[in-house]
Amino acid sequence: MTTLPETSLGQEFLSAGARGWLRFALRRSGQLLVSLWVLVTASFAMIHLIPGDPVRAALGITASQELVETTRAQWGLNDPLPLQYWHFLQGVLTGHLGTSITSRLPVADVISTRLAATAELALAAFVLAVVIAVPIGVAVAVRTRRGRGRALDLGFAGTSIVLGTIPDFLVGVTLVSVFSVGLHWLPVGGRTGMSSAILPVVSLALGPAAVLARIVRVEMLSVLETDYVRTARAKRLSAARIYLGHALPNAVTASLTLGGLMLSGMVAGTVLVESVFAWPGLGSTIVSSILVKDYPMVQGVVLVYGCGVLLINTICDVALAILDPRSTVVR
Amino acid sequence: MDGLKRVIRTPLGVAALTMLVVVLGLAILAPWLLGAKAATIDTNNLLALPSSAHWVGTDSLGRDLLARTLVATRLSVVLALSATLVSVTLGLILGSAPALLGHRLGRLVTAIVNILVAFPGLLLCLFFAVIFGVGQVGAVFAIGLAGAPTFARLCHTLVAGVEERDYVAAARIAGGSRASVLVRHILPNIAEPMVVQATIGAGSCLLTFSGLSFLGLGVQQPAFDWGRLMNEGLNRIYLNPLAALAPGLFVIMAGLAFNLTGEAIARIFNVETSGSWLASGVVPSQPGVTASAHGIARSDKTVLSVNNLTVDFPGVTPVRGLSFDLHQGEALGIVGESGAGKTLTGLAIAQLIEPPGVVGGDVVFLGETLRSDGGEEQRKLLGTSMALVFQDPLSSFNPVRRVGEQLAEVSRVHQGMTRKVAWKRAVDRLRAVRISDPERRAEQHPHEFSGGMRQRAMIGMGLMASPTLLIADEPTTALDVTVQKQVLDLLDSIRTSEQVALILISHDLTLVGERCERIIVMYAGRVVEDLSADALPVAQHPYTRLLMEAVPTLATDLDQPLAVIPGAQPEPSIEITGCAFAPRCPLADDICRTSSPTLAPVASASGRTRNKRGLDITVQTTRMLLRLNLGGKSTPVHTGRVACWHANEPLPETSQLDDTSPSLPASTESTHDVDETVVTP
Ligand code: SF4
Repeated sequence: MTTLPETSLGQEFLSAGARGWLRFALRRSGQLLVSLWVLVTASFAMIHLIPGDPVRAALGITASQELVETTRAQWGLNDPLPLQYWHFLQGVLTGHLGTSITSRLPVADVISTRLAATAELALAAFVLAVVIAVPIGVAVAVRTRRGRGRALDLGFAGTSIVLGTIPDFLVGVTLVSVFSVGLHWLPVGGRTGMSSAILPVVSLALGPAAVLARIVRVEMLSVLETDYVRTARAKRLSAARIYLGHALPNAVTASLTLGGLMLSGMVAGTVLVESVFAWPGLGSTIVSSILVKDYPMVQGVVLVYGCGVLLINTICDVALAILDPRSTVVR
Repeated sequence: MDGLKRVIRTPLGVAALTMLVVVLGLAILAPWLLGAKAATIDTNNLLALPSSAHWVGTDSLGRDLLARTLVATRLSVVLALSATLVSVTLGLILGSAPALLGHRLGRLVTAIVNILVAFPGLLLCLFFAVIFGVGQVGAVFAIGLAGAPTFARLCHTLVAGVEERDYVAAARIAGGSRASVLVRHILPNIAEPMVVQATIGAGSCLLTFSGLSFLGLGVQQPAFDWGRLMNEGLNRIYLNPLAALAPGLFVIMAGLAFNLTGEAIARIFNVETSGSWLASGVVPSQPGVTASAHGIARSDKTVLSVNNLTVDFPGVTPVRGLSFDLHQGEALGIVGESGAGKTLTGLAIAQLIEPPGVVGGDVVFLGETLRSDGGEEQRKLLGTSMALVFQDPLSSFNPVRRVGEQLAEVSRVHQGMTRKVAWKRAVDRLRAVRISDPERRAEQHPHEFSGGMRQRAMIGMGLMASPTLLIADEPTTALDVTVQKQVLDLLDSIRTSEQVALILISHDLTLVGERCERIIVMYAGRVVEDLSADALPVAQHPYTRLLMEAVPTLATDLDQPLAVIPGAQPEPSIEITGCAFAPRCPLADDICRTSSPTLAPVASASGRTRNKRGLDITVQTTRMLLRLNLGGKSTPVHTGRVACWHANEPLPETSQLDDTSPSLPASTESTHDVDETVVTP
């Protein structure tokens, strides 16, 4: 608690705010760099951690010894480890991620053609989840405050737990069998315009939306009990102003930490959903690559997914810092 | 077992446990009963659609899919539990490592865990699946490893929490090694939350596993789990959607069984730890107050008139029948221990009690009878004329909005000012409450203010319009001693210069006595005495008198100045017959315990019979009398009300009655020892 005498609070405090921001920026970018390094190193190490000979495993037992040797040389696996690491780092920085074993295409090219499909899926699902979850969470919180609305409380808890538990690929399968197979309203799979995106996006968003709604409700409930909401009521503001102006920003801020984790989970969720809907993105690529042991391809996609997750986490932290200036203060 | 019973008592718990029993039962029994059927190849019935013989149809070898789905329970559950085991074990090792390894290494482990936690489990899972290879054993380890960081983080947090406790420190000082302290004292204490998390974790593992198998990365033929069955079913979804949906249904049921069981257990923990809103102090305990307007009307204009005010919550009545009038510029103090109902009284007057709380009686403010559902007009009246100041100025400001904005909002909403004009007013008000450099301060967030400044800003917010009543609930309790006086002086000067009536709610009798003209003493929701501040030395109610004697000295912890009276207020939920103060009252007798005293005007203005303490207190009494004389005041006269069967009878010296003590003749002078050196600044 700050109880500095007033005089010492002068000019100094303003710069303390600025210093807080600077320190936050430094700390956060430091964290990001370390995470990136861990990610790159892990994807480099992946190939070396595979028991046995990864080249032989990738090419299959029928491949000639000759081919195995050439591929090994191609992957640079005969070099000393530090040199391999160095080359890998160079490759990552310059966008050279090796060549796919199956398609013989440069990994970077495959990724760039498929990234957009995955990104649009994740982004749309994210927007949908937030648009569904926040209003519902807020409304339910307001209606179920202090033991009111027992039935709604129970119904909401039950529905959101069940929806939050159903894995996205199962939602996908169910939706396909109802809307595509049963009603023929929407395509079964592929990426052929808006209508083909509806089911994948909904499958991806539904579970996270349910979880997010619960988080928002809980945070909203606790925010509604705070002293500053009482102050807002003491100021005789309208209900809309109290809920939307004073409570919601705090509830959203408080939901952001958990919500961010959930969103990055959604990025990973594309892997399964793309497989259900034969969506030509990175998710279906990584699955098929793992199955055929196309290691360079797997390495590349893992890197991209990892970066996506780190990007989301960073965005969430920055958003938090802007919404709640206290969070830049080092505790 | 007790825990289990309580789990069963909730609807959620029943549903969860039932599902869990079904799933585990299937896992054990299905392979025995249906194993043969699930393996029977029927070439005449390949890829059959659902029928009465095969409810879900058959697969490409003619095997019954329902039987296969049921039989798959065992493998699915076993694999999920194995993966959970890997997660928990690894999580415990990583999570308790910081406690074992010492500072540096520990921090490294924590940092790595923190980085890993940020990656979604499925991604980690795919990463490990590449390393361990496709197949069920690989998948167990991949999922187990992927889940480990979450457990490690939880375990670390819990361990860190337990490590703070005294007995752990004691065990350490007693020479326990890190490992033995961990095993003997720390781990047992984190077992419960870890079990909850592991149960929920088993659900997630099951879902993830079905996902991996569905992708073809988990269980491989000829073995089959639910995910594998779904994988095979998806290819035929056009012909037989049930082939994919049936195993999916089981996945959901099993996942829910584990998740809900965890949730149900967790809920019970929560109930124990955080408590319901009722127990968490939103409803203080009970008091009631009935002071009536006697005395000190200084100005003719009545600002506030409270008549028989009560506050009810289900099963509790924390405020019982309080009445008083308040005049322009008058200062009324409401004192009592925490839980006496003071705060609720303030909130009730301000119409800020929320359901399920119910306010009874009448509150007439500036001629308007206030209602809890008062409309637009009442909102405007209260928003401009009644200001509130709460105990903790930090939590009372919205942390994410600028201070100036929060002040300006009042004028924008109630006075129709534009953003700009309102902001100017806010800056002006900040200056009025003596905040230096108000232009810059208005731009800042509350956390950039010091405690005293925040409280002054809060008062400034009350002054945005033109208040006629200011209710201040423990306005200085959360503040540093050095700034308490500033805030109280500010309230004083506002009151005198703007003729604002003040209700000062406090647990501190001295403070209230110094700052107010009139005092209402509350006990357990009731008013026990209503008197002018001058009359404090001749207070008549035993409680007030004991409070006076308990006035803190410099050595007293100001946070608990009332602790000196032995005992505690009755629980608010208990219905009391007789006087609520009886259990703690040295004068209590049978009448007190059987019939409740009413608040009545003080019988006579005479002083009380002195007890033998009167002989001993010469020094302080002299000083008291001296002060009164120097102040040019005449002997205080009690013209208020008191609720006591034995008002003004002498108090025994200790809490034990001393019947043999000699009585001295009555004296009109106060024998009360008020130590003026004390005090709340
Ligand atoms: S009524 Fe009896 S018990 Fe209550 S305060 Fe008076 S003397 Fe004490």
